[in-house]
Amino acid sequence: MIEGIPIQHFLIVSTLMFFIGVAGFIMRRNLITILMAIELILNSVNINFVIFNRYLYPDQLQGHFFAILVVGIAAAEASVAIALIINIYRKLKNIDVENVNELRY
Amino acid sequence: MYNYTILIPMIPLVMFLVTGLLGMKWKPIISGLLGTTGLGISWVLSLMTAITYFFGGHHAEAFPTIIPFETLWLTFSETLQIKMGVLLDPISVMMLVVVTTISFMVHIYSLGYMHGEKGFQRFYAFLSLFTFSMLGLVIATNIFQMYIFWELVGVSSFLLIGFYYQKPSAVAASKKAFIVTRFADLGFLIGILILSFITKTFDFGILTNPDGAVFANAAGLSFMGVSAMTWAMVLVFMGGAGKSAMFPLHIWLPDAMEGPTPVSALIHAATMVVAGVYLVARLFVVYHFQAPDALEVVAYIGGFTSLFAAVIAITQYDIKRVLAFSTLSQLGYMMLALGVSGYGGEEGLGYMASVFHLFTHAMFKALLFLGAGSIIHAVHSNYMYDMGGLRKYLPITHITFLIACLTIAGVPPLSGFFSKDEILVAALEHNKLLFAVEFLVAGLTAFYMFRLYFNIFWGKDRHYHHTPHESPLTMTIPLMFLAFASVFSGFLPFHSLVTADKMHFDTHLHLGVAVPSVLIGLLGIALAWLLYKKESKTPENIARKLGVLYTATYNKFYFDEIYLFITRKIIFNYISRPIAWFDRHIVDGFMVGIGTVTEKVSYRIKGMQSGQLQHYAFMFVAGALILALVLVYYM
Repeated sequence: MIEGIPIQHFLIVSTLMFFIGVAGFIMRRNLITILMAIELILNSVNINFVIFNRYLYPDQLQGHFFAILVVGIAAAEASVAIALIINIYRKLKNIDVENVNELRY
Repeated sequence: MYNYTILIPMIPLVMFLVTGLLGMKWKPIISGLLGTTGLGISWVLSLMTAITYFFGGHHAEAFPTIIPFETLWLTFSETLQIKMGVLLDPISVMMLVVVTTISFMVHIYSLGYMHGEKGFQRFYAFLSLFTFSMLGLVIATNIFQMYIFWELVGVSSFLLIGFYYQKPSAVAASKKAFIVTRFADLGFLIGILILSFITKTFDFGILTNPDGAVFANAAGLSFMGVSAMTWAMVLVFMGGAGKSAMFPLHIWLPDAMEGPTPVSALIHAATMVVAGVYLVARLFVVYHFQAPDALEVVAYIGGFTSLFAAVIAITQYDIKRVLAFSTLSQLGYMMLALGVSGYGGEEGLGYMASVFHLFTHAMFKALLFLGAGSIIHAVHSNYMYDMGGLRKYLPITHITFLIACLTIAGVPPLSGFFSKDEILVAALEHNKLLFAVEFLVAGLTAFYMFRLYFNIFWGKDRHYHHTPHESPLTMTIPLMFLAFASVFSGFLPFHSLVTADKMHFDTHLHLGVAVPSVLIGLLGIALAWLLYKKESKTPENIARKLGVLYTATYNKFYFDEIYLFITRKIIFNYISRPIAWFDRHIVDGFMVGIGTVTEKVSYRIKGMQSGQLQHYAFMFVAGALILALVLVYYM
């Protein structure tokens, strides 16, 4: 559709982004990096939205709008998360996720 | 023309709300006066309604059924709707007069009788509630509205019997009355359901149409060899028997005398207990045309109750209990008269007699109870062995009480004579056995009433705490008014006012019945005069001679004990306890088990909660992957 590029290529990119994001979320220690990993996951989903919209219903725009909505929510989420991280830093003097383990039985 | 009739029940309702919510902030007497004034207005309106309805000039035709007000309340289907409204026909107009008259008299009387009692405002609030419910019941346009007010009446009766709630016996009596009548109302409800299932309507106007078209569906329906209509009407009668305390559901009424005496006069003598009679009379057309077998049941139960209660009344010492059993006996009369009645013209004599007796009985029985209240007020005891020679101290009470006794004994030309005579004539035409029973009861009635009278007003003076004195005017005026009504209400032309087919018919004095019934009444009075006028040992000797028979009667044939045995020993032990066990161990046990298992399991696995965000995320992703693999693999 987009000048001979098959849909699989886009999907491979988004899948890779998704799993990189998941791996980063699970493995990185730094809270900021974890936040970036979440952004990766969200953006991989955005790619899927846009691409499927483009390939399946080229004359409609729902997928695009949904992607924009996700971007907006991601921005809000990032601001809240960074506020939390700043507070964690003030309390613990670092932002290592393994130190944030007060909330348990 | 009759638009104002909706005010008749609404005024007491407003009075109930006002005195109930604000009464405690006022002086007690203000609540009393307010309630009395409101009821006075209702009374005047009822009298106006009755005069315009009965004497407003449509004599040639049958009396019309008028519905001046009706509002839709619930809709089940096109035809099956529950409405709330006002229905005026001869019997409901007559009942309006009875209820408001007695209630008004009781309101005035209570100003004196309840003076200075704790909870005076509460008493007036409840009286208004009761009057509202009773009026709503009387003017019901459909059987469901009647049922709703029927229950409201039961609640207000419960509240008023238990008025002295510090007394354990009053609490027990109120519970007993409520449970027994509720049990009977279960039958009433099932009866209503069967009736509305067959006819697809609740409206009295359609149900009591003599052509019976709505009952076409009922043909061929039967259960256990008895037709569906008979079942329905017997079950409806069960509700009526509960409220009217017919045997075997009579046990609550004597205990209900724990309530204040004006309440006994209003609820348990004149108005609420005739609701059952009113119900049967209201549905009389249905009984007569669709379920004549059920009508036989009504007649025999009424007859038996009247005899049974009259026998017990002879042996009781509590004056209010004597009156309670007398009420039972008279209610039995009314039920019997309905049971033996036919439809149309002179055939409908029994119906007319029953309603007539309902009217006169309301007057003289309320008078008897209010008189008894006046006596109790003077000597502070309910027992006739604490009384004697009171005629010197309570002249007005004495005269009015004597009039009431003569009326109930059927001495002409007082009102009781006329109504009782009509009942006896109706019974004679229908069923010789029931006539014989009623004839005997007429004698017994005269005897026990005059036993009461002579014991209270004649004989030796007792040692009273203080000299008994006549009650205040607020109490004696109702007595005089009711005595007047008892004397003269017999001359009301009931045969052209309230009849089964709403048409006029002629009655005449049936000398063959009237003379013997008066004679047996006089015989009863004479016997009582011989035995009780002067203090003597004769009654005790007779009682001793009768031995077991006397003790059994004195203990009301042990019906309370039998009921207690059945409930405590049989129902509690063999039904309630197993069910309670099942509930406690199986139903509750299941729930407790779920809780216990959850608690144990979570205690074991709580170590998995590490607080490490990435630990959780890993678990989540791994679980999602496994689920995805499983789905892909198996789908």
